[in-house]
Order: sequence, then C-alpha cells, then structure tokens
Amino acid sequence: MIETVTDSRTTRVVVSRRKEGDDPGVLRYDTFDVAVGARTTILDALVAIRRELDPTLTFRHSCFHASCGTCGMRVNGREGLACVTPVPAGDEVTVEPLGNLPVVSDLVVDMDVFFDDFDDAGRPLIRSCEKIPGAEKAAGIDELQRFEDCIECGICLSACPVAGSDPRYVGPAALAAAWRVVEEPRGLATGPVVRLMDDEQAAWRCHLAWECSEACPSGVDPAAAIMRLRRSAVGARARRLFSFGGNR
Amino acid sequence: MTTTLPRQPFHVVIVGGGGTGGALAHDLVLRGFRVTLVERGEVTSGTTGRHHGLLHSGARYAVKDRESAVECIEEREILRRVCPGTFEENDGLFVAITDEDVAYEPIFVESCLASGIPARRVSREEAFRLEPNLNPDLKMAVQVPDATMDAMRMPLRFFASAKAGGAIIRPWTLVTELLVTDHLVSGIRVRDLTNGVEEEIRADLVVNATGPWAEQVAVMAGCDVPIRPSPGVLLAVRGRWCNMVINRLHPSGDGDIVVPQRDLSVVGTSSWVVEDPDDLGVPEDHVERMYAEGAMMIPAIRTAVRRAAWSAARPLIGSKDAESGRELSRTFKCFDHRETDGVEGFVTISGGKGTTLRAMAETTADVICRKMAVEAPCRTREVVTLPHAAYYAA
Repeated sequence: MIETVTDSRTTRVVVSRRKEGDDPGVLRYDTFDVAVGARTTILDALVAIRRELDPTLTFRHSCFHASCGTCGMRVNGREGLACVTPVPAGDEVTVEPLGNLPVVSDLVVDMDVFFDDFDDAGRPLIRSCEKIPGAEKAAGIDELQRFEDCIECGICLSACPVAGSDPRYVGPAALAAAWRVVEEPRGLATGPVVRLMDDEQAAWRCHLAWECSEACPSGVDPAAAIMRLRRSAVGARARRLFSFGGNR
Repeated sequence: MTTTLPRQPFHVVIVGGGGTGGALAHDLVLRGFRVTLVERGEVTSGTTGRHHGLLHSGARYAVKDRESAVECIEEREILRRVCPGTFEENDGLFVAITDEDVAYEPIFVESCLASGIPARRVSREEAFRLEPNLNPDLKMAVQVPDATMDAMRMPLRFFASAKAGGAIIRPWTLVTELLVTDHLVSGIRVRDLTNGVEEEIRADLVVNATGPWAEQVAVMAGCDVPIRPSPGVLLAVRGRWCNMVINRLHPSGDGDIVVPQRDLSVVGTSSWVVEDPDDLGVPEDHVERMYAEGAMMIPAIRTAVRRAAWSAARPLIGSKDAESGRELSRTFKCFDHRETDGVEGFVTISGGKGTTLRAMAETTADVICRKMAVEAPCRTREVVTLPHAAYYAA
C-alpha cells in the first residue's frame, strides 16, 4: 500500500463462514487480525484478508462506491454496504451475510430469491431525471435520464422484520420497484402491477417498522413507496367498483 | 447459419469473470461453442465494476489514440442497440476553463470529427444553461456523445445472455493450475471456494481474460503477456452536480472527468503502474487531487461529502518501461500463445476498456474460430442481450 497510515491499529474481524446446506442452528466464525486506518472500510478489510490471510474467503463486491449493490452485509448486526462502511472503532467487528436470504458461502447470499420478487414489479433501469435547477437539455437530447436509485442490494429485505417472520412476503424492494412503475410508467401498464401488489403478502403485509427506509443506502425510501402503493390499490379498487356498479 | 462445428461442440474455458469474459461467453455460445467461465470472486469484481461508468464516445482519445477513439464510437452505437435501456444518454461536455484549454479546442474538435465522433462547439452561455454548476471561469465547451453506464449492470447483460444460452458461469472458483503437457494447455484445475471441492475442467481451449491479472495467469502456462497493471484513483461524492458527463478540454490527465451516477458524482482518475493488481491502496494525495481537479470543472465538488474513494487497475498493454501508464494505448490485443510462446490451446485477451468489451470478445472469438477451423460468424452486433436481472434467474 502506498497510503501512509498514521492512525493504524489492529482490529479483530470476526467473519461468518457458514456454507450452503449447513445446519442453520450451527454458527461458524473465523477471526482475522487486520491492520486498519481511519479510512479502511469493511470491504477493504475483507479484500486484505483474502489477499494476505485466507484466499478462500467468499464475499460479493464490484464497484467500491455504493453503486452496484453487491456488498450488502451485516456489520455488528446492522445492514450496510461494506464498501462505504468504515471499520468501526473498537477491538473487534463482526461481519455476517444479509438476513432473510439463503446463504451460499461465507458472506455470499443467493440473490435469485430476491430477484424473483423484484422481476414481478418489472421496473426499468433508466428513469427520467429531475432537473438540476435551471438546467436545460443539450441539443439532440429528448429527455434527461438517470439510473433508478435502487441498487438491488437486498439490504431492505434483510432489515425487514416482516420478511424475517414470513418468507412469502414480497418485501420492500419489490414493492418500491412497483411504486416506481406506478409513479413513472414509461410505457408499461400500471394496472397489473397495482393488482399484483394489492395482496395480503404484498403492500398490505408491511407493519410500518420503517427499518427498510432506515437501512437503504441509496435513498429509496421503500416504506413511503408502500404507503403510496396502498393508496393506489385502494383507488384502483374504488374505480373498479364504481365502473361495475353505477357507470354502465 | 453455416457452421462446421462437430456434433460434440468444442469446449472453451474462460478464466476471468470481467466484462470481457462475460461478453466472450455470450459470443462463443452464439457461435455454437460449449463454454465454462470461472472467476475467483463475484463477476465484475476485478476491474470491470470499478470504473467510473463512462460509455466512451471516444472523444477523450481522439487526439492521441485514434485507434481507441474509433473503436469507442463504433462500440458505443452497437452497445446502445444490443443493451437498450442501459445508459444515461445525456451526452457529455468537454469544458475549457483556462486559455490553454481554449487553445486545445481546434485540434480536439478536428480529431473527433476525423474519428467519426460528432463534436459541437458550445458557447459559454449555452454551457451554463445546460450545466449551471460549471466553473464560472468557463470559457467555452464542446458537446460529444458520451453517456453513462452502470459499470456492473451493463456487463451483467452479457453474462445473463451467455447463461441463458447454456454457458456455465462459476463465480467463487479459483484456478489453482493450468493443465499443460508438451506445450499444450488441456484444461484447468480449480477449487470451488463455496465448498472446497477441487476438480479438473478439461477444455479444447483456455482463454485468459483476467485483465490486469493476465500476466499472473499466463505464467501458469509458462507464457508471457506484456501487461502493465495501471491503477487509478476514483472519488465518488454525494450529489448529482451535472447531468452530462463533464470532461476537461485538455490532454488527458489526473482528475479530468466527472461522471454523474444516480445521486453521486464520480471524479476520475489518476494513473500509476504496479506489479501486483491485488495490492493497490488508495493514496490520499490522489484523492485530494480528484477533489481539486474536479472542482476546477464543478466548484461544488470541493466541499461535497465524500461517499467513497477507491482504486481500479487498468490492464494496459505495454512495455515494462512504462512509468505512469498515461503513455500507453487504451486499445486491446488478443495473444495466441502458439505464436508468442509456442504453447497451443491457450489465448490471452487483454487491454481495452468497458466500452469495448464486446469488440474484445469478437476479436478473441474470431481467433478461436480460426484456430479451431470453425466457421461461425459473430452475432453480438445484432443480438439484443437480456436485462441484467436475468443473470439471477434460477
């Protein structure tokens, strides 16, 4: 490392080493002593462990700046992206995989389950961009665009107390994605999405713990989206009743 | 489709799950090969996922690296076609802040146009209407068709398509050995890190697509690849301070680009060379330079809240004498090790950049087809890739 670390200290990193198929009741941890500085993130520490201490350690990562959403995990019991979570002060830190998703290996969880629900919402990746005040579009640009805020990290699902008690719940990320389709359809039909989410295992299952919005690293606010989706669902039901009852 | 593939299709093993490996898996599957790709970590976890997310128009290279510039503008158009809905297409501005920058404008615009890259002069007043947060000292600007990609989700479309086409994608699989006998590579030995199981994977051909790690892997077969791992520091700050990609209108240097990404702005980058792409570090003085140079284009960056600072290693092709990496071309090269080292069944693809991942795959697949006397044309220019989320379909 070229970096001159003047505030270097050693922290004991306790890492979950459970594997797919392990008895869920049996916990397995390994501990590694890692030199860290003020700027060292949990991801930096894991990369250092893999390079210097144990090349078999498995974890997901890609972008290193809270954009790809792959490095969601639990640090001392709280969900966060490892790439922007500094190693906390203290002698020891515990790193575990996200909850409410099946563990594949060490800190790697199976995201297929997460995306199964997510896909039902059908949300496009690109959204129209709220303008910087005063900004105009350049010549030849029809509409300013940007990526959706949600980085599909699974942190909200891990933090959700309802998802923890009932795996049938579609979870906050999928509901937030569905709301985005209602809010900005981009040519998609909103009716089917609203009907899909107007279900006891969808928009109506949330207990308003707001843990999802608290934990989201990308400013999505799934809880607020769920409340708006409920209003849309009620509105859609009322419109259906009205059109069947009196309007024909 | 005309093909002379045998009834048992050839099996190609790709080492390296970056954008190049993913695009190559997609290309080879479309040409009828059996494909297995192994990656020691998550896919795109090496260099691919770490870049600033620029879909290059090629303008940055137009003056000094025409070959790369032409590659970029061609690939930009192809990727927009085969990866629809994957880019923030807000164009880019090259901004002139100093008189020196203004003096660079004629050769810049001329070189862009000569490379086939549309470039339009924009007055100071118009530039501020497009991007109100630009430095008030701005003199003028040039509009080019830069765009922003999600550095993981764009390549993931190629992985998703390859997987749907039958390729076996194996992340968390460490290559422990290349199987070499009598100057012939016949497969790899791997360790599955999720369960500790070791096994041999036989192959008709092994491709080394490990980017800056290419030399380390080539050595396992007694081969040499002239790769210079050249890291750069990138800085992400909170706040979307621009909608277009902002570049400094001068020869490429440290901190000459700001790429908007969701509600972040990414400033890049510096450049040096290292021996081991696993040992980069994030020099704090480079981060400071990103703040200072980024603020030359958009002053608000100076006081914006730091979200992350990290390093990524470019896989540049060049001599061992390269000092900063700036002097090396951004183009790519496919090495057939029979020609370079007398070793059969082994090919390395390296160099290049995110924007040219598909072209790198096409070139490599062409080499593979030629080596194996398979007649199958490239189809990745036309076949629309699956959405990124399809990669996670069980």
